[in-house]
Amino acid sequence: MMIKLNLNGKSVSADVAEDSLLIDFLREHGCYSVKRGCETSNCGLCTVFLDGKPVLSCSLLTVRADGKTVHTLEGLQKEAEEFGAFIARQGAEQCGFCNPGMIMNAIAMFRENPDPTDEEILEYLAGNLCRCSGYEGQLRGIRAFLDYKKSKGETAICNM
Amino acid sequence: MQYVNQPVMKKDAMALVTGQPVFMDDVAPADCLIVKLLRSPHANAIIEDIKIDAAMRVPGIEAIYTWKDVPQQRFTLAGQTFPEPSPYDRLILDRHVRFVGDPVAIIAGSTEKAVDRAMKIIKVKYQVLEPVLDFHTAKDNAILVHPEENWKALCPVGADNKRNLCATDFSEEGDLDQVLSECDIVVEGTYHTKANQQAMMETFRTCCYLDTYGRLNILSSTQIIFHVRRIVSNALGIPKSKIRVSKPRIGGGFGAKQSAVCEIYPAFVTWMTKKPSKIIYTREESQIASSPRHEMEVKVRIGAMNSGKIRAIDVYTLSNTGAYGEHGPTTVGLSGHKSISLYRNLEAYRFAYDVVYTNEMSAGAYRGYGATQGLFAVETTVNKLAARLNIDPVKLREQNMVQEGDTMPSYYHETATSCALDRCLARAKEMIGWDEKFPCRDMGNGKVRSVGVAMSMQGSGISGVDVGSATIKLNDDGIYTLMIGAADMGTGCDTTLAQVAAECLDCCLDDITVFSADTDLSPYDSGSYASSTAYITGGAVVKACGKLREKITQKGAEMLGCDASDAEFSGKEVFCNSTGASVSLTDIATRSMVGNHEALQVTEANSSPTSPPPFMVGMVEVEIDKETGALDIIDYVGVVDCGTPLNPNLARVQTEGGIAQGIGMALSEDIQYTQKGQLMNNSLMQYKIPSRLDVGRIRVELESSYESSGPFGAKSIGEVVINTPSPALAHAVANATGLWIDELPITAEKIAMGLLAHED
Repeated sequence: MMIKLNLNGKSVSADVAEDSLLIDFLREHGCYSVKRGCETSNCGLCTVFLDGKPVLSCSLLTVRADGKTVHTLEGLQKEAEEFGAFIARQGAEQCGFCNPGMIMNAIAMFRENPDPTDEEILEYLAGNLCRCSGYEGQLRGIRAFLDYKKSKGETAICNM
Repeated sequence: MQYVNQPVMKKDAMALVTGQPVFMDDVAPADCLIVKLLRSPHANAIIEDIKIDAAMRVPGIEAIYTWKDVPQQRFTLAGQTFPEPSPYDRLILDRHVRFVGDPVAIIAGSTEKAVDRAMKIIKVKYQVLEPVLDFHTAKDNAILVHPEENWKALCPVGADNKRNLCATDFSEEGDLDQVLSECDIVVEGTYHTKANQQAMMETFRTCCYLDTYGRLNILSSTQIIFHVRRIVSNALGIPKSKIRVSKPRIGGGFGAKQSAVCEIYPAFVTWMTKKPSKIIYTREESQIASSPRHEMEVKVRIGAMNSGKIRAIDVYTLSNTGAYGEHGPTTVGLSGHKSISLYRNLEAYRFAYDVVYTNEMSAGAYRGYGATQGLFAVETTVNKLAARLNIDPVKLREQNMVQEGDTMPSYYHETATSCALDRCLARAKEMIGWDEKFPCRDMGNGKVRSVGVAMSMQGSGISGVDVGSATIKLNDDGIYTLMIGAADMGTGCDTTLAQVAAECLDCCLDDITVFSADTDLSPYDSGSYASSTAYITGGAVVKACGKLREKITQKGAEMLGCDASDAEFSGKEVFCNSTGASVSLTDIATRSMVGNHEALQVTEANSSPTSPPPFMVGMVEVEIDKETGALDIIDYVGVVDCGTPLNPNLARVQTEGGIAQGIGMALSEDIQYTQKGQLMNNSLMQYKIPSRLDVGRIRVELESSYESSGPFGAKSIGEVVINTPSPALAHAVANATGLWIDELPITAEKIAMGLLAHED
């Protein structure tokens, strides 16, 4: 069926199969940051924003995005670079395959809760699995980013 | 030092955190045929008939291959140097299928839908045979997993397909029985570890295409480009000269990609059809038909005196290699060599093993590579010994652990040339507050807090076998290209090896461009496994840079009209000591491209007669709910001696990651089969790897020794870090509850049921 959506700020019209999954649609449209890690909604790698809210694109039919706005990391490069550098300074990006999904969800968290405690961070990102880092370096990076934002008098909210 | 031992950012870090298309499926040709595998639903069966006609008629289907279509010479998928210790027991497709998930047909088509549809309508008639599913009964079982006559073992590892034996061996020193009989106490235990999955976030995947010269190009998420070239050559029966293997970024490996799990299938499709193709394993396929840890049962006996002196250790390991023998003969060795050797001045030891075939998924290489299993067994037995002797387990280790300068008879008689294990233990003890917390504290609310301890060692490459090479070349503008065949799988070796090069060449890190890895272009490297890259390939980088410095000095001296012995290279210029005249590196580089006879490029290879072990101590504090058995990790402390850490940030994250992965193995990652041999834990829903809520706080420190045979004093870090959680957590559980849980994973259910049984 024909759908129309706004993908990373651009209007996209496409004829999609009823059973097309959003993750496949997005990769077909050049959004290679979106990764598939599990097929069972466990790993968080495929996290994207649907109308500004984080969703798992492996578990969403593409047709559900009809008339909506979708953001992937390709559309949030400035935020990814700014926040990602703090992860990178810890060496916590490691293989990098889970990074885009985790960073999308972290950006969502900063928007909802610009000043989270460690516990709130762990809770919010619990659905983003990482097999390399043991998570500690990611937490250090997030803390350092939040401290940096605070020191600059900025909130950690990333504008869309 | 300017770069070595500095926490610099990985060269690829920003590309990764911003989600750039750098992985296999991001860069695969757009018009690849989709390749999928029809897999056996039976654990042991002969294909009597297979009908593909209807499936071939599905629009979009390009090819379907069955056992009748593939070459008949056997090979191994294990990524090992030739001759491989792993037996040649595979075909691309075999008429005899040996586990639930063994490939039956390769299907290639233009769309995934077409391939899925074709797969559904292939008709297979099986003669179902009884499988061997209990590895205790596999040896000399009447049912043979590999009855075929063309099965072949290349190395004398004691393999015998007519006995379901993949390997067997026995080694001892001293009179074990005599020494044990003289001991005040002998503690025994039998331990069972499971076939854990590496569960790297990027599943197995490969794409293939033919190049201008008709050669088969294989772009794969692999740790072992050179071994893949040989494996595909063996499997397809085509010369290695027709094959090129390269790797993009790898989304995690942990040893999983030290076997060529999926490469042969698209390679065969592309070779036959001449069209590009790709295969991407689903998570389910990665769980049920891949290369997990070897399931092992390890029996340990430790003899000691009442004083705490450990006198003898006896280890017997039964290892389950599954349906095929990948890494079977080699992983098992580490279960003894890297556990017994933690203890010094033994009067006797014995280490024997059998590695058996069963009708379960083949095992492979997984971080720790047998040491993990052996250390769970030996370290737990040492903890039991301490409990029986009523000696603090930390003190017992202080009394018995290996020290710098010791010869390690059970570790190929190598010497512990660098060892800070004593400092690791002291620091870990201090960090966790051992003396205040051991053994446990009742929290008064039905919960108990307790602590546990374990030590670990690994190697740094395989002595006398592994080869690392580096090519370093000077380009115009005075910048360098470092070409390696090692595979950065997230570990950061592209960066750490560039740090070594920048240090050696007195240049900026940004002046080193790293290229890896491509069988056509990279100098030979046996691959990134066995904790070899920092130590072995790092050594090659040091050698190559040293030689290039000489060449640059020579060229500069020539340009200055001075004798090379009178010239020096500062990193920026070559100057003549006696005249003070100098010429810049940029000018030398430019000059090297005009009328030059001597390439300013050097390739050096490196191997090592020894494999200096890194060491580690892990200590954990847990809280256990005695009502439910629920276990929470409060604090995990890891202190590691990896020699000089080339990059302390990356060494730290390696350690944190290894501990978390080890915690998964210890507490939640289970592998269970149905009675018919079907693996039940076939998704990340059923196979529970730790989330960030499951690992508690992990605190890591490095206590460096200096390994003089390593680059700038470095040893390895990658594997040693996964070994302590299982024994340390088992110990903490025992200290809280009195229960020794000798079978992994240690679930809440096992703790609760154990406590109930105690009450009864």
